[in-house]
Amino acid sequence: MSEQLKVPTMAEFMAEGKQPEILFWVGSAGSYDDRAKKITKAFVKILNKANVDFAVLGTEESNTGDVAKRAGNEFLFQMQAVMNIEVLNAYEVKRIVTCDPHSFNCIKNEYPNLGGVYDVMHHTQYIEELISSGRLNVEGNTYKGKRVTFHDPCYLGRANSVYNAPRSVLSKTNATIVEMKRHKGTALCCGAGGAQMFKEPEKGDMDINVLRTEDALKTNPEIIATGCPYCNTMMTDGVKAKEKENDIQVMDVAELIANEQGL
Amino acid sequence: MNYLPNIFFAIALIIGFGYFANNVKKLIRNIKLGQDVDVSDNKSQRWKNMINIALGQSKMVRRPVSGFLHIIVYVGFIIINIEVLEIIIDGLFGTHRIFSSIGSTYGFLIGFFEVLAVLVFISVIIFWIRRNIIKIKRFWKAEMTSWPKNDGNFILYFEMVLMTLFLVMNATDVHFQEMNTGNVISQYITPLFNGVSESTLHIIERSAWWLHILGILVFLNYLYFSKHLHILLAFPNTFFGSVKPKGQFKNLEAVTKEVKMMMDPEADPFAAAPEGAEDEIPAKFGASDVQDLSWVNLLNAYTCTECGRCTSECPANQTGKKLSPRKIMMDTRDRLEEVGKNIDANKGKFKDDGKQLLGDYITNEEIWACTTCNACVEACPVSIDPLNIIMQMRQYLVMEQSAAPMELNNMMTNIENNGAPWPYNQMDRLNWAKEE
Repeated sequence: MSEQLKVPTMAEFMAEGKQPEILFWVGSAGSYDDRAKKITKAFVKILNKANVDFAVLGTEESNTGDVAKRAGNEFLFQMQAVMNIEVLNAYEVKRIVTCDPHSFNCIKNEYPNLGGVYDVMHHTQYIEELISSGRLNVEGNTYKGKRVTFHDPCYLGRANSVYNAPRSVLSKTNATIVEMKRHKGTALCCGAGGAQMFKEPEKGDMDINVLRTEDALKTNPEIIATGCPYCNTMMTDGVKAKEKENDIQVMDVAELIANEQGL
Repeated sequence: MNYLPNIFFAIALIIGFGYFANNVKKLIRNIKLGQDVDVSDNKSQRWKNMINIALGQSKMVRRPVSGFLHIIVYVGFIIINIEVLEIIIDGLFGTHRIFSSIGSTYGFLIGFFEVLAVLVFISVIIFWIRRNIIKIKRFWKAEMTSWPKNDGNFILYFEMVLMTLFLVMNATDVHFQEMNTGNVISQYITPLFNGVSESTLHIIERSAWWLHILGILVFLNYLYFSKHLHILLAFPNTFFGSVKPKGQFKNLEAVTKEVKMMMDPEADPFAAAPEGAEDEIPAKFGASDVQDLSWVNLLNAYTCTECGRCTSECPANQTGKKLSPRKIMMDTRDRLEEVGKNIDANKGKFKDDGKQLLGDYITNEEIWACTTCNACVEACPVSIDPLNIIMQMRQYLVMEQSAAPMELNNMMTNIENNGAPWPYNQMDRLNWAKEE
């Protein structure tokens, strides 16, 4: 990495008496998981490139509580939510962007009723906005003609009906987008949702991520694109299970855009 | 004049509708065993959903073959039932084809009904073949044995018989065939009865007429005991279905109260409980039996027609796990029926039978296999939400029983201790920004 990333915190903005345009909600995976951190950095590079005035909460951010809620622990979820909302409201945050569809869904739909009302966007929606407002120019031929298939994250797609933003952003790369037979509303889950990420699956005859990877392989892709750190892990494992890791990359939409720009 | 048939007809009608009304009463009583839930919001969206999804069958046609056939049967069923109005008037007043006096429109209508009857008959045959010969997978899953399997076929036989009776009734009606208008199909059935004396023909016509209307009354009363209630309940069910984004799970109010109290710096932890607090029944978190679920969950259960589109889309089920969203709905209904019968047998009060939905019908293994992906909810053609029931059972398992799988307990302990599902230090949360 040639350039140092610029990642200001809300506390720094506050000290200068300024408000950022957006708060980038990094999320637990994006902060700690090695693979997801690369997605986080790719997105920050895009934000830096487009000169977006953004901030993160940094060490003041805590887990959204989403996964606890899906595991059935409503107490823990609401404790986390109320704590985060206190911080967010203290900073008078208006607009939140995140690379994690689970945080996106949770903050957008489940925080308002607990006192946290924000304009929440998934990073693919925000990148689409940056492109259409002319703040970000996607040029390059890194992915020209490459076959890319997009795996819809459940909490972006079915849960919130966001199907077009990631596809619209992907189409800017000149890649050839090939759809899996099950896509958008009928997309198969990667197997990580509902807290499955953190436990062994129940007894069955195969793993869900392998089944989903088979869906993807049928499109004969060079890249499987996703918009979720958990989907990314599951699909990467699926590709490995199919021994295709030398032929097929699993990448986040933000990474494709950052690479396309040579960032 | 002989009034015996009229009286017999009136009695059959009264028994048929009376028994049906009684079943509807029981149905509503059972649904009301569920917890109250506010559904007064988004009225216009709710009407739209009902019109599009139930009346307009918009989700049925996502699977074009079964969707198309279903529309034929659905339209046929509704329209041919206009004929029932005439049958009822004829039956009560001893008239014969009272509407035939309206002339050519009558011929057109009956002709239309006859064509529909044939189309319905063919569609139902194809449905039967799909179930029994092609053996489409979703009709042969683990939960589709014995009664659920037979129920599906009985309904098809019922419809075949009713359509046949309708056509035979028309074909053997000498007066109607002489009118020679509207007998577009039945005129080709009439020759089958060549050589049969007119009096025998009349007996066949009367038999078909009686069996047709009695068959309809029996079918009406079969509904309550069958998966076929969806022909009525699809309408309220799509109306009361969720109008929120599918990813939005309800926040439990009882928990909010406690969390707010815990977070309130003013709260006195040693304060005496407020007056009357001892009398309050402590809130149960989540659901372990049908009475804990909302009445919409219970309406969902009665509406389910066991088509299995949910199960065929479920990632857990497709990979051989025990979870089947359809089974969740069937179990909920079976348990609700059991509770209802218990109440009937105990003079209107439920007597503890030592059983509950979770454990005796649905296993923990099923509940924990769900990825909360909403594929089942998306797939359901009548807005049933099996995921909502699964989530309430997880809440019960975790908050009432502390019975989460060990790995999930570790994950939750991590969140409690350091604000992340993994054991990383909260103060390292921004380290990624400095790493190469």
